[in-house]
Amino acid sequence: MSKAFLVLDDGRIFEGSSWAATGKTFGEAVFQTGMTGYQETLTDPSYHKQIVVMTAPHIGNTGVNSFDNESRKYWVAGFVVRNPSTITSNWRSENDLEAELINQGIVGIQGVDTRAITRHLRDRGAMRVGIFSGLELSREEMVIEVRKQEGMAGAYLSDDVSTSNTYVVPAIGEKKFTVAAIDLGIKGATPRAMAERGIEVHVMPYNTKFADIEKIHPDGVFLSNGPGDPSTMTSIVELVRDVLTAEIPIFGICFGHQILGRALGFETYKLQFGHRGINQPVLDRKTGKVEITAHNHGFAVKAPIDAPFSTVFGPGQVTHVSLNDGVVEGLQLSERGAFSVQYHPEAAAGPHDAAYLFDRFIEVMTRYPRKVEVN
Amino acid sequence: MARDESIKSVLVIGSGPIVIGQACEFDYSGTQACRVLRAEGIRVILVNSNPATIMTDPEFADATYIEPITPEFIERIIDKERPDAVLATLGGQTALNAAIGLYQAGTLQKYGVKLIGADVDAIERGENRELFRAIVEKVGGESARSIICHTIDDVLSAVAQLNYPVVIRPSFTMGGLGSGIAFDEETLRQIAGAGLRHSPTSEVLIEESIIGWKEYELEVMRDKADNVVIVCSIENIDPMGVHTGDSITVAPALTLTDVEFQKLRDLSISIIREVGVDTGGCNIQFAVNPDNGRIIVIEMNPRVSRSSALASKATGFPIAKIATKLAIGYTLDEIKNDITQVTPASFEPTLDYIVVKAPRFAFEKFQDADPRLTTTMKSVGEAMAIGRSFPEALMKALRSLERKEAIFVFNPAKSENEKTALLEASKTPTEYRLQQVQRSLWLGATIDEAFNATKIDRWFLRQIDLINECARHLATPGELSLEILAEGKKMGFSDAQIASIRSISEEDVRRARYQFNLRPVYKTVDTCAAEFEAFTPYHYSTYEEETEVRSRTKPAVIILGSGPNRIGQGIEFDYSCVHASFTLRAAEYETVMINCNPETVSTDYDTSDRLYFEPLTLEDVLEVVHAEMQAGPVLGVITQLGGQTPLGLAAGLKAAGVTILGTSPDAINLAEERGAFGDVLKSQGLTAPEFGMASSQMEALDIAHRIGYPVLVRPSFVLGGRGMEIVYDDEALSGFISRATDITPDHPVLVDRFLDSAIELDVDALFDGNELFLGGIMEHIEEAGIHSGDSACVLPAMTISESQRENIREATLKIARGVGVSGLINIQFAMADHTLYVLEANPRASRTVPFVSKATGVPLAKAAARISLGSSIQQLRDEGVLPSQGDAVAKGISVKEAVLPWNRFRRADGRGVDAVLGPEMRSTGEVMGIASTFGESYAKSQISSFGPLPRTGTVFISLADKDKKQGIAPAQGLSQLGFRLLATEGTSSFLAEHGVATTVVRKNSQGTGPLGEKTIVEMLNAGDIDLVINTPVGRGTRADGWAIRTAAVQRSIPIITTTAGFSAAVEGIKALQAGDLVVAPIQDWLKR
Repeated sequence: MSKAFLVLDDGRIFEGSSWAATGKTFGEAVFQTGMTGYQETLTDPSYHKQIVVMTAPHIGNTGVNSFDNESRKYWVAGFVVRNPSTITSNWRSENDLEAELINQGIVGIQGVDTRAITRHLRDRGAMRVGIFSGLELSREEMVIEVRKQEGMAGAYLSDDVSTSNTYVVPAIGEKKFTVAAIDLGIKGATPRAMAERGIEVHVMPYNTKFADIEKIHPDGVFLSNGPGDPSTMTSIVELVRDVLTAEIPIFGICFGHQILGRALGFETYKLQFGHRGINQPVLDRKTGKVEITAHNHGFAVKAPIDAPFSTVFGPGQVTHVSLNDGVVEGLQLSERGAFSVQYHPEAAAGPHDAAYLFDRFIEVMTRYPRKVEVN
Repeated sequence: MARDESIKSVLVIGSGPIVIGQACEFDYSGTQACRVLRAEGIRVILVNSNPATIMTDPEFADATYIEPITPEFIERIIDKERPDAVLATLGGQTALNAAIGLYQAGTLQKYGVKLIGADVDAIERGENRELFRAIVEKVGGESARSIICHTIDDVLSAVAQLNYPVVIRPSFTMGGLGSGIAFDEETLRQIAGAGLRHSPTSEVLIEESIIGWKEYELEVMRDKADNVVIVCSIENIDPMGVHTGDSITVAPALTLTDVEFQKLRDLSISIIREVGVDTGGCNIQFAVNPDNGRIIVIEMNPRVSRSSALASKATGFPIAKIATKLAIGYTLDEIKNDITQVTPASFEPTLDYIVVKAPRFAFEKFQDADPRLTTTMKSVGEAMAIGRSFPEALMKALRSLERKEAIFVFNPAKSENEKTALLEASKTPTEYRLQQVQRSLWLGATIDEAFNATKIDRWFLRQIDLINECARHLATPGELSLEILAEGKKMGFSDAQIASIRSISEEDVRRARYQFNLRPVYKTVDTCAAEFEAFTPYHYSTYEEETEVRSRTKPAVIILGSGPNRIGQGIEFDYSCVHASFTLRAAEYETVMINCNPETVSTDYDTSDRLYFEPLTLEDVLEVVHAEMQAGPVLGVITQLGGQTPLGLAAGLKAAGVTILGTSPDAINLAEERGAFGDVLKSQGLTAPEFGMASSQMEALDIAHRIGYPVLVRPSFVLGGRGMEIVYDDEALSGFISRATDITPDHPVLVDRFLDSAIELDVDALFDGNELFLGGIMEHIEEAGIHSGDSACVLPAMTISESQRENIREATLKIARGVGVSGLINIQFAMADHTLYVLEANPRASRTVPFVSKATGVPLAKAAARISLGSSIQQLRDEGVLPSQGDAVAKGISVKEAVLPWNRFRRADGRGVDAVLGPEMRSTGEVMGIASTFGESYAKSQISSFGPLPRTGTVFISLADKDKKQGIAPAQGLSQLGFRLLATEGTSSFLAEHGVATTVVRKNSQGTGPLGEKTIVEMLNAGDIDLVINTPVGRGTRADGWAIRTAAVQRSIPIITTTAGFSAAVEGIKALQAGDLVVAPIQDWLKR
């Protein structure tokens, strides 16, 4: 095993051993606190251009399989673990994690003090980092290389992760609704959750025009999760405004939630280190109930929590908040079928507490049926 | 939503004595409950018969009833106290059963008291197997196919459908009591027969076998707003077939994908909702087929459990504390997470470390017992360890057990077929199976071979393989390089293990390590994998980059706990450590606790200022001391409160330059080393029974002849009387030596004169170098020869005169001074023919400290901690910690009774182990009775420990010849109290000669009579006998006595095996006949 280094843009360097692909890679360092679900994390497009630090020490125990992938490839820019497994033990496993990471060209590092890294990122914020594995570079050279990279603020990444052509995920059982899902980095579990509820899902590219959406006569529009800075998403924000004007029900999650927020006129901002884990408590302010949810976001919507707000599309309110830090976790228009959450009701990985939101989408589409004149 | 303001007083039901399956985890949970309720301004009424608990300290409740936990006694308490609610979900199965009893008796309804936490219906749904099964099915889960049976015939026809092997599970028992796996009809009949008897509802479940499946447990919490969180997942390394309490377990679960884990999570949430546990915690167990992922729901506990305590310590999420808040109406999001201080309790802890729990067994105490691990829990304690990897946590857990045999060794094969033999042996789960697995892998077995033998998940086997690989690196000849040493330390190897691999001394390894500056860092258990800042310094060691120990300015005192519970060293020592921590915190010291027992109050993160969850070995303790010295001033280490474990470390710590507070290691040695102690006694003019030290069998016989039989023989330096025996002749002595010891000049055997019918006395005292404070003189009820831990005792001593009392005080002072005690000392005396003999002295807190403190109201452990730090007894008197003058005075008459685990163990042939007391300690716990007369107090102690003594009925008496004379008076007494007496022929004719009429009954060996007259064993089995008096003949299982005792144990018929116990029982029965026993809180007693 050769040496590998995780190099932070503030000059701190963690030394470990090479693992997975060797070479160098750059991205924004974020930590992920889930104790299960590394395969889902690796294949989640929202992690595009991010180097993920796993806080759970043993990673790879159950290998990888073809069922738990959330998209067609591994998206993380780099993978930081403490103790990668040297054996795979699970009846569903088809390959060893390290072998798969090498196939996918993901540079990793192992044997580093992941807790120290996490504490550092928590205190200093998410930052640019690089992994240098099996290379002969001085510490200064490595830091200089890291500092040459772009940061996540201002990053526009949808074109990297989105599908280039529309594809259809058929409804399971009787088809009840048609939904246009705008792919900003969608995970496989999302259309699956909708299809299970009788929705035919048309997964459409990020640069879809409103006219293309109209053509399929959707009952609703879904805005997916995805990577990047929501403030760069001007054209899709415009698209969402068109959808709102047309009074087609909208459901947004994660990045999609931030875009709906911007379409309603709110600002978005970057969090210190974000929420990335599958244990995040969110309060549903209407029912007073707490749901344990999967999160993966570095940005958030700035919206008034204490009172309802008004927008050009009518009044609305913040429906969900994070119990850990009070971040806005859900938005809803009171008089139109538009709502969104900052987290992941499709889970994968993570708890299924928020799955009801897909049912709510069904209710909303039922309550605000397609306008006849759309035809 | 907030607290239910209608609840102004709560009765908390504790769990009673420590027994296998229900240990001090319920003191931890109950103590938390009491604290939470009092902090809310609620009046707390507590019932618990166990005096060794923290929760029964007078300051933890407004009214503390140290009374039997039976529906009858609790009703009397409710009648007196009129609480608004009863909280029974934190006192284990005992409390839950008591609550159901109260409900069934109509008491709750009569007094309008509500059950909070879980109601009776929910408890029923969780515990009744048929109801639970229906619930599992309703929520889309699967149960193992099974059939409920109420008779042996039901059982046999059930097996006809399910096929062998089958699992037998009795309903409503705890710790899997009476359950087992049967591969054939003979074992089926044995296990199911006993199970039907143990079950209060005569109900057993016969179930398809899922042996070898992976086993998981999820800890779930729910609040009244129906918010549910999973606190922790636990994976058993030992697959299905071994009780989870006996398994090595790991948290979090490590071999599940998210998809699989979420299925378990979804099922858990649906089940807790459907069962209807309104508020609080429960645990749910699952089996997962490793080949196809099929999930079977095994069972749930609708209450806080042993696993909850483990999960609390493993995650930092205090389940019992939060369960209590939920029970009085709070919701999870209204409760703050103590550790982060900013986030709420409505979340799921995430771990960035690995926790391993390993059970500690006591098979050496029950030599007849079947050593196979089954679905009946047999372990008496557990150790937990935390590391940043599984191998590290595992190695730490194994050394935390303080058992040489538990630690992996890396020697060459002893024989050619050792590997094969180990693989074969590892097919049967036993105490050291994992060690067999490690060694078979070390000797070249493949992971698949080990998997096929054990069904332990390959991932864990591979980790053990990595440990072996690392051992090979460590064994590489040449200088020990930093790289290899660091690899070994990261893998969890102790300095001692590395030393043994390299055939050098532990000190050499340590020196090399220090030269490389290779020291552990300390990370924090923070519930959130460092996502938020932690404010509670709950630490564990690991070899990594960054340490999280904060600097401090206050002087620190480090307290060493007592490690895993074992027979002879349990909760009593935790009690003393916790007291020390409380009192020293109050005195403005910063307290630092080191312990590895997850069941305890001492390992609660807010008991001390800092908690290090670490093994209690010299290396691990030295490293904590070093880390704390880096952080700020350290006054020293207290070793006298945690029992033998820390005491054994004192000399090594001192040699390494650490200050020992209180009694010095030299003084400890003076008391522990027989020769030196003999000199102390001689110089003080005190008498000890004659003894000698033998390094060969011949020498032992010579000594025995010199001092005369009977003699007490034992290896030197033991705890809890391990390997101790009273022998009456040469044959027995030779037998003991060849069987029980490897006698050598380095391992001599002690031969003591045994004082045949002496009265034994136990003294706990404080000494500050000048003044002596006598805590109490306890008189053993059983005569000398029964281990003090197993003997009932009474405080104050009942049969000694004032002048004898003075003698004892004088002798205590002389010994304390002669040894050089600073703090607590415990001395055992024997009084025979008006001569006072000194049996032994322990310069430390003893098992009886909490009992004495409860009986007298004097906090001995607190005072000892202060004396260790230089306070004088006079100062403590001035401060009011100790009475202003004189010694401690017992309020009322208190009896302590031991609780024995006979019903847990079976011989390999499936029959019970012998229920005989002896010089070897076997009890797991104790209870206390307090009343104004001895009879009442004794009766209470018996009810608490064994169940009620009969008020009327039939008593069977069989006395050994040596005991016959002492048996006359109590037999007479029973007869006068209206009992029908049965006796064996010899006993019957002896008693007839002395005017006591009895009916002769046939011995077991005589068989059923010609006219169908039943033997005593048949009568016991038929339920014709209400009390058994059977004193054994010498030692060894005489078939008749053994058959009687085991039959009585299996049918839960009270059995008394000493004449002294017999006399006391008669007193107790007299008190019971005189009317209902009165209950009073300890606070009232202490005011007297």
